[in-house]
Amino acid sequence: MYVAVKGGEAAIAAAHTLLAKERRGDPAVPELTTDQIREQLALAVDRVMSEGSLYDRDLAPLAIKQARGDLIEAIFLVRAYRSTLPRFGYAQPIDTSAMSIRRRISATFKDLPGGQVLGPTFDYTHRLLDDSLNEVAAEPTAPARRPIADDANAPHVADLLGEQGLIEPNPQATDDAPVADLTRDPLAFPAERDLRLQSLARGDEGLLLALGYSTQRGYGRTHPFAGEIRMGSVEVHLAPEELGFEVPLGTIVVTECEMVNQFKGSAESPPQFTRGYGLTFGHSERKSMSMALVDRALRTRELGEEVVAPAQDEEFVLSHVDNVQATGFVEHLKLPHYVDFQAELQLVRQMRREWEEANRKEAAE
Amino acid sequence: MSDAASYNFAYLDEQTKRMIRRALLKAVAIPGYQVPFASREMPMPYGWGTGGVQVTASVLGADDTLKVIDQGSDDTTNAVSIRKFFERTAGIATTTHTSEATVIQTRHRIPEAPLGEGQILVYQVPIPEPLRFLEPRETETRRLHALEDYGLMHVKLYEDIARHGHIATTYAYPVKVDGRYIMDPSPTPKFDNPKMDMCPALQLFGAGREKRIYALPPYTKVVSLDFEDHPFEPTKFDRGCALCGSEGIYLDEVVTDDRGGRMFVCSDTDYCESRRAEATEGGHALHEVPR
Amino acid sequence: MSTSAVARGFADPVHDSQKVFRRALDAMAHPGRIAQLGTHIEPPAPLFATSASLLLALADYETCVWLDDTLAEVPAIAEFVRFHTGTRLTRARREAEFAVIAEPEHMPPLTAFASGTPEYPDRSTTLIIQVETLANRGWQFTGPGIRECASFSAAPLPPDFPEQLAANRARFPLGVDLIFTTQTEIAALPRTCRIVEAA
Repeated sequence: MYVAVKGGEAAIAAAHTLLAKERRGDPAVPELTTDQIREQLALAVDRVMSEGSLYDRDLAPLAIKQARGDLIEAIFLVRAYRSTLPRFGYAQPIDTSAMSIRRRISATFKDLPGGQVLGPTFDYTHRLLDDSLNEVAAEPTAPARRPIADDANAPHVADLLGEQGLIEPNPQATDDAPVADLTRDPLAFPAERDLRLQSLARGDEGLLLALGYSTQRGYGRTHPFAGEIRMGSVEVHLAPEELGFEVPLGTIVVTECEMVNQFKGSAESPPQFTRGYGLTFGHSERKSMSMALVDRALRTRELGEEVVAPAQDEEFVLSHVDNVQATGFVEHLKLPHYVDFQAELQLVRQMRREWEEANRKEAAE
Repeated sequence: MSDAASYNFAYLDEQTKRMIRRALLKAVAIPGYQVPFASREMPMPYGWGTGGVQVTASVLGADDTLKVIDQGSDDTTNAVSIRKFFERTAGIATTTHTSEATVIQTRHRIPEAPLGEGQILVYQVPIPEPLRFLEPRETETRRLHALEDYGLMHVKLYEDIARHGHIATTYAYPVKVDGRYIMDPSPTPKFDNPKMDMCPALQLFGAGREKRIYALPPYTKVVSLDFEDHPFEPTKFDRGCALCGSEGIYLDEVVTDDRGGRMFVCSDTDYCESRRAEATEGGHALHEVPR
Repeated sequence: MSTSAVARGFADPVHDSQKVFRRALDAMAHPGRIAQLGTHIEPPAPLFATSASLLLALADYETCVWLDDTLAEVPAIAEFVRFHTGTRLTRARREAEFAVIAEPEHMPPLTAFASGTPEYPDRSTTLIIQVETLANRGWQFTGPGIRECASFSAAPLPPDFPEQLAANRARFPLGVDLIFTTQTEIAALPRTCRIVEAA
């Protein structure tokens, strides 16, 4: 006699045991430590911190290890943890012009105050697999650090243009204007730029890359120049209301990209350069550049542009850019759907019967 | 962190619960209207019941008894996983018996046993917007609800009739709530739609990824959309359950071999087991499996 | 701020909040049904313990609360509410998620509070109205949450209150939602209530 399927609990427990075993891999190979991940897979850590929206150099490596290197899974772990943390307040805006710079390049000016600083970059490396990394290598020696033209004197490139009125001014927030926070208020449309930027900063690097790329290929063209990319550490401050002054919380490493976009002008705005902005935790140029391209593409309302391409469509972009949401919903198709499938089965059978009858009648006529 | 002591009660922090509770009160006050809420990331993926879990976590108290079903069954993996989650984080009592539960979280079904006053049924909802597949834009669908402009939906259903001779929607079949909002009942089969109408239990709907909560207060008129000449017809089965013999309930089709063998059994496992237990107690022979 | 002067809040915030919320949810789901709301907190008068426990359960620094003049005149009440909830107190009625009214005969009209927008009718005020008595007689209501017909009345209230309730319903889905409290009980009239007889 048929017995309804049971035993989900035991199956789940067994699957988890198997997963733990797979995660560990061959026990003859030494176990990876989270320190090793933090130090040697630092760019993966940076991505998990950015899209996980939590700057924590200990938790992100742990999540990567637990997720077996699946970064979206790691991001999800970090987000789920983050959502349980109490909210004490909002930090002051970070000041990236006061950044302690490790890398800073501009594609728009050959030289500029503060200079070009290549820093640690894959750019200009030849992508040849390096056999020597198969062995435990000798310590690489760092070049003597060229004294970077003092950090304080490295103004934002876009501001250099601003002095001549050639670029739109950066919008200035009023002190008491609330900043949107989609982790506290659900996304609502139309979304203003603060909300859009937050959403993009948490968004999936892959989707942003593809969308940014699409604007370069004519789908919502914005004529971008990489005005400046800078990476380095900035201080984070909090100004608790009861204290009345700012207290430093620590430093974080961020990558900032300011795109400078040609703009012919519209009924609303004169011809001038416009801005696209990208910011990520850690070192992530691909993401911050893509974000800046998409930020600019999404500013259609403000600049009086027509929405003609996916990258300009804020509902489309913001509703699909979150990879934790996306992966959950795509993967939920693995859950049983047999109740609905049963209803569809009945319907398809009925419709086939009707179709066959109709055809029979037609043939008979 | 493996026992209830190291988690907040029912996992969510109090601030999140308050936010969801405020949304729930508004949802009950505006039946069928989708209240936006700041859904949090949960320790299970979006699309796997995060909305239902957040709603359940926000209503659940120490003296509640929880039942969790998926596809009508207490034993499907996701139902087991969510039930375990609340056992661990809230330490509350759980049950598989519909009548014993004060809170029932469900995916895709409404239990066969009638629900009573004081019970809360929490639905997991993937796409809360009934107009979404007719109009992908939230700004637009929100405007349509505001204007009570449901022409799109009627056109869609009418096109079904023109093409197929009947409405070709078998689950997530749209309903009108108390004469105002059109609402998605979540992907429950339309068989279950009539159970929502004037139901004595409170029905709460949570969509985590889409960040929406909506509700049906007890004793609310819930009408499945139809036309005068094409009235709503719930799915009917031309047989009873092969295990308990019940009729007029929703059946799962089970493939028994590779030669076209099929049998039909209750989708609601608790209902099926209770019927069989009653039959045994009553001294009746268990219903033999036909064919 | 001298914390010693502030009256105590919930003894067990997690479970006390949950119990109060469930009573409120139950009240909202069954319009006109009067329920006991036992609570051990002792807020400064004339704020009822019932009203105070609703605020403690539902308000926090993400909300705005409006107090009527009678309550606002007592500094200890504002201090109590702020200390236990972290909520912002506002004098602008349309900004408030919650409004607490201690002198219902002279309360502002229901239309003076936020009633939401056609796209977002949920962005509306929930009024907590402190009254002397609640009774299951008087006005007759129908609507969601009511099987056939519910009898309910509260006193004291402005004489035109039934008309205000009818007008509140007529604006549906816009409108305000009402929670009535006495020293020990609560009952609710969400905006869905249709008043069929104003006895």
